[in-house]
Amino acid sequence: MNDDIVARIEANPKYHELVSKRSSYSIVMSILMIIVYYGYILLIAFNKEWLSTKLAPGMVTSVGIPLGVGVIVFTIVITNIYVRRANTEFDEMSAALLKEANKK
Amino acid sequence: MISKSTRNALALTLGLMVAGGAIAAGADLGNTTKQATNWVAIAMFGIFVAGTLWITKWAASKTKSAADFYTAGGGITGFQNGLAIAGDYMSAASFLGISGLVFANGFDGLIFSIGWLVGWPVITFLMAERLRNLGKFTFADVAAYRFAQTPMRSFAATGSLVVVAFYMIAQMVGAGQLIKVLFGLEYTYAVIIVGVLMMCYVLFGGMTATTWVQIIKACLLLTGATFMALAVLWQFNFNPEALFAKAVEVHTKHDAIMAPGALIKDPVSAISVGMALMFGTAGLPHILMRFFTVPSAKEARKSVGWATTWIGYFYILTFIIGFGAVVMLTQAPELYYVDGDLAKGLKGGGNMAAIHLANAVGGNVFLGFISAVAFATILAVVAGLTLSGASAVSHDLYATVFKHGNADSAAELRVSKITTICLGIVAVFLGIAFEKENVAYMVMLAFAIACSANFPVLFMAVLWKDCTTKGAVAGGVVGLIASVGLTILSASVWEAVLHNPKGSALFPYSSPALFSMSAAFLVIYLVSKMDNSKQAQLERSLYPAQKVRSETGIGAAAASGH
Repeated sequence: MNDDIVARIEANPKYHELVSKRSSYSIVMSILMIIVYYGYILLIAFNKEWLSTKLAPGMVTSVGIPLGVGVIVFTIVITNIYVRRANTEFDEMSAALLKEANKK
Repeated sequence: MISKSTRNALALTLGLMVAGGAIAAGADLGNTTKQATNWVAIAMFGIFVAGTLWITKWAASKTKSAADFYTAGGGITGFQNGLAIAGDYMSAASFLGISGLVFANGFDGLIFSIGWLVGWPVITFLMAERLRNLGKFTFADVAAYRFAQTPMRSFAATGSLVVVAFYMIAQMVGAGQLIKVLFGLEYTYAVIIVGVLMMCYVLFGGMTATTWVQIIKACLLLTGATFMALAVLWQFNFNPEALFAKAVEVHTKHDAIMAPGALIKDPVSAISVGMALMFGTAGLPHILMRFFTVPSAKEARKSVGWATTWIGYFYILTFIIGFGAVVMLTQAPELYYVDGDLAKGLKGGGNMAAIHLANAVGGNVFLGFISAVAFATILAVVAGLTLSGASAVSHDLYATVFKHGNADSAAELRVSKITTICLGIVAVFLGIAFEKENVAYMVMLAFAIACSANFPVLFMAVLWKDCTTKGAVAGGVVGLIASVGLTILSASVWEAVLHNPKGSALFPYSSPALFSMSAAFLVIYLVSKMDNSKQAQLERSLYPAQKVRSETGIGAAAASGH
């Protein structure tokens, strides 16, 4: 790898903007995922009664089932939201940065 | 076909698992009883084998260099790789095991499938593109990027091989058990068939053949499971409430299947198992390796997006399939239950729920199809495992540690092929040796090691600037020893395998991950902080350049030789 290019990228404020934007985004998303998953697990560990309550009187489906399927759907959605933003916005920033670094 | 000569089924993993609270057993296929020979299933499987061998022949013509062998030349698209990852990850145990768990306990099965899924976002957010940008063939490339090669590679190769070994034994034993119930053939046949086929795929077709076997298997499994779930929902006019109502009415546990049961016994175990699943996925060598098969970070992200989508969708299907089995199998108990008695359980054991349901919704031909797919699933998983084991030996140990990076591509390729043959033979012997053993803990142990040894080292090496070789290796070794040691001291090995009296296990929780992973991170941190050697200072000074490459991908494309 070319040390000059690395030095130029490091000196470019756009690089630091990209890194801080992307890493804070991925940390926020990770924390959201951890809260949702461990929240669900802790509900199961500590509040089985509430999860077993029926969605409505006369119904069989308990609260825990749509909630559990919801966690699966949430996992799929949050992953794809991240992928979409990283593949458009962040990749554009990254491409612009590399172009500048190579030009000088 | 399955009905007539079935013998008494064993109360499988599920009963044991819930009774013992051993949440870890979820991915085990347990002990099974041989069924009548199922020629339709065997014929379908034969077609799958013929098709995949034909692809292997085509792949062989494209596999010339080490890069072709390890990464299919880096020419797989994100969508294809997403399917292949899903094919690598959705094991027979998760298809039959989770649907069987839902069949037996309802709600509890859902908890499992969620656990197996939540590691994927973590990989996406933190690992996928950095792996792609820094790595070439194995995850050790990434972990050792700025460190002393010999210790880091030796450690990473050990971590890979240990994980592969436990995962592999569980798959081989599972294959042997499955063939008895699905095809009505001998255990030993299955182990040898799997061993020989996986050697063919990997040896001749390398990553290209392995990828396509995984893609085809993923498509077949998703199609079959979708058909079954639709057939079930169609009966209830696509109203889940009606399905659940009927299930509660006919299930021997009635309304209890709508509530969490005994699966999560204490919060510490729950969190610990959760950590093993969540972070273990990000430390599985055969999964990490798949990120080097795509041409760019963008495609790496796409692949994990697709993989998460397919795997999540699949787990929703297994949930419907489990409930569908509850309802539909009771409509003809004489066909599916031992002596037609619901209390005696399913013929062939608790993991047969999905297989019996295939017969109930699609008749004998569809039963054959699903049986063949279930068996093919194991092939795809073991092929990926073998390839990652072979690359750890040839790329990390041979080319980097012994040859100090001076091995030529042809020699490296030769070593990986020899290793593939050795691994295949060892896998067959282990599969036969462990036939009568309880291997329920092995997949969970593989995840525990992956999250306690591989993941912390990879994570700290990539994201923490002060990490040093000494710190990473020390922490990784501690994580490895702690995860194996605590697993041996837990009920799933100490009591269930070593036959010590019940209640004598020293480690009371279902998974060591919470403790072993924390220990690994702590040791990496402390040892790195205390390390002020010249080497450590050099390694810290290399961090900014590593970071630039991991964040921007500069230099990555050339390194992979596309």
